[in-house]
Amino acid sequence: MSTVIESVICPFCGCLCDDLAVEVQDSRVVRVRRACANGRGLFVAYDPTPRQPTVDGEEVEWERAFTEAARILNKADSPLIYGLSSTASEAQRKAVELADRLGAMLDSTSSVCHGPTSLAMQAVGEPTCTLGEVRNRADLLIFWGCNPAVSHARHFARYSVMPKGMLTSEGRKGRTVVVVDVRPTASTRVADIFLQVQPGADFEVLTTLRALVQGKEIEVDAVGGIPVAQLQELARRMKACRFGVAFVGMGLTQSRGRDLNVSEIFTLVAELNQYTRFAVIPMRGHGNVAGADQVLTWQSGYPFAINFARGYPQYGPGEFSAVDVLARGEADAALIIASDPVAHFPDAAAQQLKRIPTIVLDPMPSLTTRVARVVFPTACYGVDAAGTAYRMDGVSLRLRPVLPTARPTDEEVLSELIARVAM
Amino acid sequence: MSEHFTLITGRTPEQGEGLHKGKDSEAYRSATALVEMNPEDMARLGIEEGQVVRVQTAGGRVEVPVRAGTLPPGLLFIPMGPVANVLVGTDTGGTGMPPFKGLAAEVEPV
Repeated sequence: MSTVIESVICPFCGCLCDDLAVEVQDSRVVRVRRACANGRGLFVAYDPTPRQPTVDGEEVEWERAFTEAARILNKADSPLIYGLSSTASEAQRKAVELADRLGAMLDSTSSVCHGPTSLAMQAVGEPTCTLGEVRNRADLLIFWGCNPAVSHARHFARYSVMPKGMLTSEGRKGRTVVVVDVRPTASTRVADIFLQVQPGADFEVLTTLRALVQGKEIEVDAVGGIPVAQLQELARRMKACRFGVAFVGMGLTQSRGRDLNVSEIFTLVAELNQYTRFAVIPMRGHGNVAGADQVLTWQSGYPFAINFARGYPQYGPGEFSAVDVLARGEADAALIIASDPVAHFPDAAAQQLKRIPTIVLDPMPSLTTRVARVVFPTACYGVDAAGTAYRMDGVSLRLRPVLPTARPTDEEVLSELIARVAM
Repeated sequence: MSEHFTLITGRTPEQGEGLHKGKDSEAYRSATALVEMNPEDMARLGIEEGQVVRVQTAGGRVEVPVRAGTLPPGLLFIPMGPVANVLVGTDTGGTGMPPFKGLAAEVEPV
């Protein structure tokens, strides 16, 4: 006998699509409708069978794992707590409490995705809107340095390019779609206008657009590989649209200029509001990475790269961010929550996680669990645990479990660790 | 003979699929252990589809098979994962963000 659960939220990426139909049989997800390949993969591949924690690769009782993890954290002079992007906000709040108690460094996967976007927000503000507004109002969409067709597979269909909304009754026909990228991608095929920018030249192109929007003359023929006539035409479209939205991805945050690139597009968008309504939304990758920024900010004042060593939160991107801390060998223990830095960090930083005692909370095995001293196999929020997650536009949604909760949650494991570490 | 390129890393559908099969799976390994090149660059360097090349940056060096990609001349693409991570350095420029895109790289046939 199988049961179909409707209107399920997918916790995989920052789209948090909330229209999935999930078929459950014998406490396993057997079929998922309406999800993308990534969403389907998450639900179907997940085995919710309770597992024992491990210490040095050996299965142990939970008590032994808690004792060993607390011993590592209590012994460390400068522990690093990192990850948080695929966990619920309830657990993120506990991670802040634990970091505060330990005097630890605390960083999220934002530092390797949209950390530069946070820096830009702090520098110039965030002219934003919700995906509901995009769907119902937007007639000009600009995707800059992102490839939703691959990374956010249902974004075009559900939120941006295709939907017919209140003031967008023509759907795709009534919208102009612009994609800016260094190469043709699956997303550029959807575009009405594709501007191919030279790698590392985004800042120059954005500055030129700002000048053109302000009616200034440009004395060169091309900027960043794009003819100025095309940029002039884009500037005209931006000012003439009814409601424009720019979506920014890692093409801006990971390229030369990083936060300055994002500041420049945020400034451009802010300035466009002198002429029309315009907003910008970062394409957030993991299901609740946006929540990590929210929770860390409301708890400590800062979105990522925080150090509690002095008894109060200090902010230091480049100083307390995980890659920097690990590359410099400054952390003497690590607690990794719901992320896989060994798979995704530059090698020199990832290697350090093999040299220091590392504790991991993760529903699934990963390259990081493979090198960890202690592994806690926890429940997966949105699959077999309830919790709160933030969509890429900052809207918070309640993740409901489709399977019975048989494993401890990240929140419960962190609460237990908090009780066991010394102030 | 090696030649100078700009390297970017990023997601691919295959890397995403491999992810769900497990990062120790062959699907993930083969999806992340490759370099995409512009076909004209490949022809000029005498590199054929599937041929193994050495890619070197200030961060490190890897040997991976080549796949022809829809890239402009001079650009290389490696899917995010353990191979790309060898090439990406740890200089975050005071931001926390490693240089995942826009790395200076050299390519030569092995």
